Amino acid sequence: MISEKTITDFVYREADLLDTMQWQPWLDLFHPEGRYWMPLEWQQQDPVLQPSLMYEDLLLMKVRIERLAGERTFSQKPKSRCHHLLQAPQIVACDPATGIFKARTSFIYTETRGDTLERFSGWASHDLVQVGDGLKIKLKRIDLVNFDAPFGNIQLFM
Amino acid sequence: MVKYGNNPRAIGGLVRDAEVHRDVYVDPEIFDLEMEHLFPNSWIYVGHASQLAKAGDFITANIGRQPVVASRHTDGSIHLFYNRCPHKGVKIASEPCGNTGKFFRCPYHAWSFKTDGSLLAIPLKKGYEGTGFTDSPASDGLSRIRNVVVYRDFIFARLSETGVAFEDYFGESLSTIDNMVDRSPEGKLAVVATPIRYMHTCNWKMLVENQTDTCHPMVAHESSAGTAIKVWQREQGDSKETPMAVQLYGPFMSPYEFYEQSGIRIWPNGHGHTGVANSIHSNYSDIEGYLGQMVAAYGEKRAHEILGEVRHNTVYFPNIMVKGAVQILRNFIPIAVDRTLVESWVYRLVGAPDKLYERALMYNRFINAPTSIVGHDDLEMYERAQEGLKTNGNQWVNLRRLYESGEEPDVTAVINGTSERQMRNQFHAWAKFMTMDMVEPVEAAE
Repeated sequence: MISEKTITDFVYREADLLDTMQWQPWLDLFHPEGRYWMPLEWQQQDPVLQPSLMYEDLLLMKVRIERLAGERTFSQKPKSRCHHLLQAPQIVACDPATGIFKARTSFIYTETRGDTLERFSGWASHDLVQVGDGLKIKLKRIDLVNFDAPFGNIQLFM
Repeated sequence: MVKYGNNPRAIGGLVRDAEVHRDVYVDPEIFDLEMEHLFPNSWIYVGHASQLAKAGDFITANIGRQPVVASRHTDGSIHLFYNRCPHKGVKIASEPCGNTGKFFRCPYHAWSFKTDGSLLAIPLKKGYEGTGFTDSPASDGLSRIRNVVVYRDFIFARLSETGVAFEDYFGESLSTIDNMVDRSPEGKLAVVATPIRYMHTCNWKMLVENQTDTCHPMVAHESSAGTAIKVWQREQGDSKETPMAVQLYGPFMSPYEFYEQSGIRIWPNGHGHTGVANSIHSNYSDIEGYLGQMVAAYGEKRAHEILGEVRHNTVYFPNIMVKGAVQILRNFIPIAVDRTLVESWVYRLVGAPDKLYERALMYNRFINAPTSIVGHDDLEMYERAQEGLKTNGNQWVNLRRLYESGEEPDVTAVINGTSERQMRNQFHAWAKFMTMDMVEPVEAAE
């Protein structure tokens, strides 16, 4: 039975897998039709006909992850590291009858590489579905508070 | 120490036939001189007329370091002025775009201006009677930039009162903008969203040079495009259709021979483009319904002519690049000698299927975003160059690939697509527009 705690634990574990760079277990959290979305507009509705920073399916996420380990991936020499600081997730929906599970989590995200450190603030929204006994990600959405500012490289996942 | 200020001979000495001195990328004095001379003497992209659809609409921009406002006046005309109140210097517009209604009103003392920039009203105007106000610059209202040309809805401006006329400056290079606009069945483009913005810690010219650098994609982008191809080959299974994403990444790994035969065309005044015969944009899937719309609008022959022209990157000197085939304009906005803001705009082809806009947006976030793996590859190279150029061992950047002695400057020519001649072309224009308003210019403008 999926409870609110199942959802909360899932969100914490997802961030932990990113922070510890366990890429394959992280990818395994996604539903085959899952998407990772970073909008470029305030309260954006459409990921396809409005501009986004990222809107990626599993194929593109795999490309991104394999690239990180590539011998000729020069922007990862030295390598990036990241840290997620999460507020307790708000449960937006937890309805086993309809299979709708949603959480929204306020975060501070840090990405470092060499001597540089960049910090970002925003909200992560998880749309989850039940598969077997567990949950899978249908959509992970990252809304940055300053989505409209010009950033330097963001190479890992928020 | 002032080395280069009003010293055209020293500036000219930085540009040899096939080499440039590293000071053009790392010296803050050179950057200041670019802002004082090169940008004011050149025609700079300000924005698109679709951003000024209604009377009172405005956009803000920078020409070099100069903040400007463009507005749509009540009579439909477009005006451009410096973004400061003539009273105390307060910026009259603070947002990237908006609608100001019938007039601009300074938020500090309520001086107001018509949307053509002229002074409308000042509170307590009696206080200026007999003060000589009418002879002061403030009485003219917002300082106007008079050299503004709207070419097929693209707004360009030259800050300098005198200089090369728009048609002479761009000449035949405008054909890329023509092709991009003609790709709409209605002959019209529209900006309907914000650009992707990406901060680069490098000199703006590195980005411009990279646009026609065809010997880097298969090397620097092996990590991104190469991995995309590898993962797709492994994961495709029985799938017969190559996904749009793989169609966009894949061609970056084309071999040297592909770029060699696809060619580069150079034009006078530093403009030029890659992808003459064909380009990395040639083999995208057809979008259902689009060809039919184009044939209905232009006729069979003309429609195929328009769609058959698939230029890769067109550099409009000094600081924009246009991709007609995917309706993208990248604006390389100089902030400091080692800092450049890149704004990548997508234009919607009015009347064309949504799928074309979807593809253009996808291309833009794949290649031009701070979250783009292709962008990561490039920025890493620029940052390393910005650092590496501080070294004193060799102070010259080599642009000698396929150089032929006695190359004529300011000509139109089609050459081998792996030539660095377009970079040489840009630096010839650079020296010319840097010094043309100094006492002894390097070369009089054509």
